[in-house]
Amino acid sequence: MTVMTYRDALNQALREELKRDESVFLMGEEVAEYNGAYKVSRGLLDEFGPKRIVDTPITELGFAGVGVGAAMVGLRPIIEFMTWNFALLALDQVVNAAAKMSYMSNGQFPMPMVFRGPNGSALQLAAQHSQAWDSWLAHIPGLKVVSPGTPADAKGLLKAAIRDNNPVVVLEGEMLYNTKGEVDENPDLIVPIGKAELKREGEHCTIVTFGKMVLVALQAADQLAKQGVNVDVVDLRTVRPMDVDAIANSVAKTNRAVVVEEGWEVCGIGAQVVDYIQRECFDDLDAPVVRVHQADVPMPYAKNLEKLAKPDAAKVIAAVKRVMYLGD
Amino acid sequence: MLLQRRFEERCAEAYAIGKIGGFCHLYIGQEAVSTGTMSVLRPDDYVITAYRDHGLALTRGMTPREVMAELFGRAAGCSGGKGGSMHLFDSKLNFLGGHGIVGGHLPIATGVGFAISYRGGDQVCVCFFGEAAVNIGAFHEALNMASLWNLPVVFIIENNRYGMGTAISRSTAQQDVVKRAAAYAMIGTSVDGQDVYAVHDEMAAAVERARKEHRPTLVEVRTTRFMGHSMSDAASGTYRSKEELDESMARDPIQLLKKKMIADGTLTEEQFAKLDEEAKAASQDSWDFADASPEPSPEELFTHVLNDEPTGNAAGYAEAGR
Repeated sequence: MTVMTYRDALNQALREELKRDESVFLMGEEVAEYNGAYKVSRGLLDEFGPKRIVDTPITELGFAGVGVGAAMVGLRPIIEFMTWNFALLALDQVVNAAAKMSYMSNGQFPMPMVFRGPNGSALQLAAQHSQAWDSWLAHIPGLKVVSPGTPADAKGLLKAAIRDNNPVVVLEGEMLYNTKGEVDENPDLIVPIGKAELKREGEHCTIVTFGKMVLVALQAADQLAKQGVNVDVVDLRTVRPMDVDAIANSVAKTNRAVVVEEGWEVCGIGAQVVDYIQRECFDDLDAPVVRVHQADVPMPYAKNLEKLAKPDAAKVIAAVKRVMYLGD
Repeated sequence: MLLQRRFEERCAEAYAIGKIGGFCHLYIGQEAVSTGTMSVLRPDDYVITAYRDHGLALTRGMTPREVMAELFGRAAGCSGGKGGSMHLFDSKLNFLGGHGIVGGHLPIATGVGFAISYRGGDQVCVCFFGEAAVNIGAFHEALNMASLWNLPVVFIIENNRYGMGTAISRSTAQQDVVKRAAAYAMIGTSVDGQDVYAVHDEMAAAVERARKEHRPTLVEVRTTRFMGHSMSDAASGTYRSKEELDESMARDPIQLLKKKMIADGTLTEEQFAKLDEEAKAASQDSWDFADASPEPSPEELFTHVLNDEPTGNAAGYAEAGR
């Protein structure tokens, strides 16, 4: 085990998989000579050359489609979006082409490719640069969607995504790139897509979360423990396909649940989690499930308003207390 | 060309009695474009097109049976009945579809060219689309990268002058669409799409340029669809006058070819009649085959969503109601 940043863990995953398979290439804006807008691809141009680390014009729809075409004829593209906010322009390729090609062609053209980049808000980047797209993408059959919250999961899930024979969306946390954690350097290790992980165990309440909110949930769990409240933190890691068993097992134990996500409330991932909970755990519940999410507004710029809009540990703690019928 | 014509006449008939559903865009009138282009390709080249794809699929080598079965929504169809008219695919023929979003497949063609170049191959990707697609952003993005990176792609504008019901004069500021090539430092050429020999010659040059020089070309093929945009609109009378259509139909690519071949002694009226009978028989056979073919089994609903074992929906539920 080595302690490294989320950024370096992703970089290591890319490097190992580029080494492992000649058909893998990385394409996107500023991935090569600039070493990546967020330095995730640092050093890769030097090591693998311009054939495999490919700078593109600012043309998201175009290069997403280039990835689709290359995957159709057997390459394994990794398409980097500088941020998922810009990827909105490429959704036709992600949704109408990549996600549907296998089905429309009756399996003749599988899509072994990855769409990846930073997702969610950072600090004071305002409305157009601060959005979490998890639920949009998880809505689409034909895609797999992973949202790692730790360096180890970032490395293991990106490697799994590159090896997967389907289009996999990797949602990286923009604010997670500098966070550190222990990572296994064994290049054969992957984190399986579709498997949640219990990041912390407790008996009083379940927090279901993923992505950047894993750290927020763990922070909340620490503070709650000091007040004698112990929670399970179920890190979904993959939002499509979702590990329903992991959610159900935890809720059956704790009888209470809070779902935490970075994105908006309406039709969010949390809504889907709550649906699974009511289907699987109807008789187990001692309280209605409570959701924590971004306020239902475009992200404001002003520091105080931005703080109000974002989910944080204090909001998670309040939600846990609410499902436990505890006062402040 | 005769097979495409006779086959699609049966498609129109089948559509009218509900054997074919959904959208159905016929290629009638444009047959010289497909035939002329396919005649210069190698089996390992790649073909990709939009939703007006029946004629291109047949000329690339798909059997009338597997195309008609697809249109009838049957398991024996080239896409297992899951694609339909707009999504014909055949991996064995490097026929990369049938795509339903205007312009959406142009970047994909650039990607195929990228992959060819990545592997150091000498194949070519030919990409067909209508003239209305030049106004969508994907056209610009795809052509820019193809030229920037020297990719072996031939972009073929099938200019039939109508994007659905909108005449080019009402949609496109620069109606001389091939001039767009200059914006991408790409060679652009125009050719009479009703003359199969002319199409052949122009495509031979463009394909050669892609194969040998790794340079893309934008080729405008001036043609006419003799039918409506799809089975939902009349061939003339609303957005296109009968006079205009009649004038265009006087240059039927099949009749032009026939006349030329008879004039140079390579075809007789009797031989033409025989070819026509064969085309009609193959079309009838495809109908009979499709009609007798089973529908996809219910289990097929969940297959090939992913290239894994089918698992039901995203939570692994076999059906929505659990």
